[in-house]
Amino acid sequence: MSAEFWITQTFNGLSYGALLFLLASGLSLIFGVMRIVNLAHGSYFLLGGYVGLSVIWRTHSFVLALLGGALAVALIGVGMERLFLRRLSGQTLGQVLMTIGFALIFQDLALLLWGGDPYSLPVPAALQGVVTAGGLRFPRYRIFIMVLAVVIGAALWLALDRTRVGAMIRAAVDDAEMAEGVGIRVPTVSMGVFALGAFLAALGGVIGGGFLGVYPGLDFEILPYAFVVVIVGGLGSLPGAMVGSLLVGLLDNFGKALFPELAYFTLFAPMALILALRPTGLFGRT
Amino acid sequence: MTSRRALVIGGATALVVALVAPTLSAYPLTLLTQAAIVAILAMSLDVLLGYTGLPSLGHAAYFGVAAYAVGILSTDHQRGFVVCLVAGVLLATLTAALFGLLAIRASGTYFLMITLALGMVVWGLAFRWVSMTKGDNGIAGVPRPEIPLPWSLGAPLPFFYFVLAAALLAWALLGLLVRSPFGLSLMGIRESESRMRALGYNVWLHKYLAFVIAGAFAGFAGVFWAYYNGFVSPVDVQLVTSVETLLMVALGGPGTLAGPALGAAVIVFLKNFVSVYTKRWLLILGAVYIGVILFAPRGVLGAFRRDR
Amino acid sequence: MTPLGARALAAVLLAALVLPLAAPPASTAQAGPIKIGFLAPLTGPFAQIGKDMVNGTELFLDEIGRQVGGRKLELIVEDTEGQPATALNKSRKLVEQDKVHALTGGLLANVGYALQPFIDGAQIPATYPVIAADDITQRKPAKWIVRTGWTTSQPMHPFAEWVIKNTKYRKVAAIGMDYAFGYEKVGGFQRVFEEQGGQIVQKIWTPLNTNDFAPFLSQLKRDADAVLALFVGRLALQFLKQYQEAGLQGKLPLLGGGTTTDESVLPQMGDEAVGTITALHYSQAIDTPQNQKFARAFEAKAGKISSYYSEATSTNMRWITEAIKAVGGKVEDRPALLAARRKVEIKDTARGPLSVDAYGNPVQNIYVRKVERVGGKLQNTVIATIPAVSQFWKYTPDDYLKQPLVQPGLSTVQALLDMGAPTWPPSLMSPGGWVA
Repeated sequence: MSAEFWITQTFNGLSYGALLFLLASGLSLIFGVMRIVNLAHGSYFLLGGYVGLSVIWRTHSFVLALLGGALAVALIGVGMERLFLRRLSGQTLGQVLMTIGFALIFQDLALLLWGGDPYSLPVPAALQGVVTAGGLRFPRYRIFIMVLAVVIGAALWLALDRTRVGAMIRAAVDDAEMAEGVGIRVPTVSMGVFALGAFLAALGGVIGGGFLGVYPGLDFEILPYAFVVVIVGGLGSLPGAMVGSLLVGLLDNFGKALFPELAYFTLFAPMALILALRPTGLFGRT
Repeated sequence: MTSRRALVIGGATALVVALVAPTLSAYPLTLLTQAAIVAILAMSLDVLLGYTGLPSLGHAAYFGVAAYAVGILSTDHQRGFVVCLVAGVLLATLTAALFGLLAIRASGTYFLMITLALGMVVWGLAFRWVSMTKGDNGIAGVPRPEIPLPWSLGAPLPFFYFVLAAALLAWALLGLLVRSPFGLSLMGIRESESRMRALGYNVWLHKYLAFVIAGAFAGFAGVFWAYYNGFVSPVDVQLVTSVETLLMVALGGPGTLAGPALGAAVIVFLKNFVSVYTKRWLLILGAVYIGVILFAPRGVLGAFRRDR
Repeated sequence: MTPLGARALAAVLLAALVLPLAAPPASTAQAGPIKIGFLAPLTGPFAQIGKDMVNGTELFLDEIGRQVGGRKLELIVEDTEGQPATALNKSRKLVEQDKVHALTGGLLANVGYALQPFIDGAQIPATYPVIAADDITQRKPAKWIVRTGWTTSQPMHPFAEWVIKNTKYRKVAAIGMDYAFGYEKVGGFQRVFEEQGGQIVQKIWTPLNTNDFAPFLSQLKRDADAVLALFVGRLALQFLKQYQEAGLQGKLPLLGGGTTTDESVLPQMGDEAVGTITALHYSQAIDTPQNQKFARAFEAKAGKISSYYSEATSTNMRWITEAIKAVGGKVEDRPALLAARRKVEIKDTARGPLSVDAYGNPVQNIYVRKVERVGGKLQNTVIATIPAVSQFWKYTPDDYLKQPLVQPGLSTVQALLDMGAPTWPPSLMSPGGWVA
């Protein structure tokens, strides 16, 4: 097996993992603060992609598409949390089930608004093409995804670790009751984190639109990936989401490349392994 | 609503339906048949979700495994009803026993996600193991069972009664289960695991058994599903099917048995009836669902309950 | 929620249950309208194709003024939601409640197989305009179903011969979707290709929920002469894009099954599609007056270019009406209608001349097409036409059917066993790839 194979596959796996990080970090954070699994998270990814498409068709600006998609879905997330989920505060199962209802509505709305054709998000010329190094080809777009994920990951980490808002979020994740007790407005923090999670997922959707495309059914296809990442990494943990997404990206990629026969199952191998060893994930908390 | 009232209402509904059936034409009858089969599936999930508090997003796996068993045995091997029924339920039970070992390790949210992943593994197998399952083409030509009675199950009315009998049997058995000491322990676990553990119950074993029993009854439903459609395909084990089952339970009222049966009927009719009039049936389903959760968080039947 | 509110909700839901039971079945007046039931996925991941199918049908119906043989034609469209169980239910509704005289439509192979016993049992004349699963008109031909579309492998046989005769490609690596449609396409190509001196050096099957093709693309043997790609819908879109991104466009010539560059996804593609050579029984760019007329009319009606789905259903409706004319409008005589359907011959459909073989499948032209940019838009330019191709190609039906239905090869269990073989690290470049 040539070095070329290992290098190329590692690169592919890392770039896919970078995309998964954007998707899964939001899911993990939302759980951390609110203790619910947002089953509409795949829908956020999809809607972000669709809104990004509409923006880029109209304005031809990739940056605007990124911002537009992410902000629009963040708003939807705020609406969902504030107007619906909050009414069931405390009933975590009810909230989870409610997110399923929303996922169905979003799926049909997307079909209604954008039709059923699959689309590819047109990426700016600067991000197209490949970078050749040592006879190997590295698509620029994938490099971009990795860079962006690192930047965002770093920003999130710093924000959580160094800022006051970050401290409030961490407090709410650790122990919501105590946080309320010291005067942190946990409901506002929840709403903020929910919006942030939606923002990240939608951002992932716009970016993913460039090489995965945007199409009906993407929401439920990408959701299991997000789940496996947070199972592996541990719910509620940002480092978990980082490590988990990289692991899943790499293992899935190598799995499919080495054992195409078992391509349907390569996603679940890392998950099964983690479950056998550490049921709460690598960095998880119960 | 006390359990006796639920029993009376459920029994009365079944009686009414049984009496009205001969007057119906074939199409509504087949919808009722489908509702009855899916009701069994929903009730099986209720044991897990409603009574034990474990939300599973992979329940279609056991449903489908049994359906495939019937599909393979009745077509390629020409086996009769009894063999297929036993094989189907057994296979579903074994699958649940195996998956349960993995899933019960986790609790709450992890459980939800793990069961989803396990369900997808079965889906992948259904697709990939073409020599057994014929992949996405599915297995067609499953004949209706031959039973030693004067009526052919090929006709809609006898088959409906056949399925209704099965559904009532499942309801009765599950009803006995949830009212037994075992069932009461499950409800205790749902309320507070730590308390039950402190009281000396083997919580893991209870949850595990609930998982396996739920899987067995899901398989029971799957057997009839294969006979009803005459066809089995990976669609029967896909994520959407599991999600729909969860919806049925939540809609009808977790922890009531009759509730999920009602939820099953509602969703079957929504999919088949509303979709005749509008393409937006999925949107309507989602909206109804959210409405019910918001205003009747214990489901439709649960809203009537006063004994909790 | 108050108990009263809950009761109200329950009442509404119960009404929703009872209403469909109360709907009376339609009447069967002799001289009433001719009713045709049409099944298509109007919701779900295939909704767009379903829309194309309905539009194609409606286009033709409008052209003939919605009547034939002196009777009105009524089309009843039902949503299969892309699921066999729903398709079965809707078929029952159409046949038993709406009392349609004929049934048609369907997209997915599993729907096609699922409906077959029902159709034969209900003895309702049916046509499949799009469903291509080989076996429906081969090893298990349905008595009451006539295909007005194609079989999966039908275009691939002549295509393989064309490749041998017109290119220097002799070693082809195949990559396709991991389901029967993919297997039958590659299998059809492989049979003829290898008989005439070519070799399929590799077969890679990608799961249907793939969105990142990188691990598979890196496996493609770079020493092959060409790649045969088998994708549908959004997978075709993604595959071609990622193929270009991986630097393979231009380096490894790309051949494909027709759906890989089908008009339902071609407009969303860019330069990554240019140069791909595929084969199908239709192209929007077929340069005949009939097709030009059809393509223009369809584009005016639907706002998008005509794909083989829309042509298929339009011609399908024409086929049905020809058969109805042949029985003088007496659709109630089902056996006669079925017999007439098996005898229809139309010389000037948009895709060319059409007749049906003894197994109920069309004999038609196959077009080899190349994606080109013409007038700023992508199209499947026809570069070769192979006339009168049947599903059996040049084999006799008996010889053809002796071969088993194409399977992907290794079973999972065998693969697991293979994994334990003492060749670690695995040597992936072994000849023959992953398929026995």
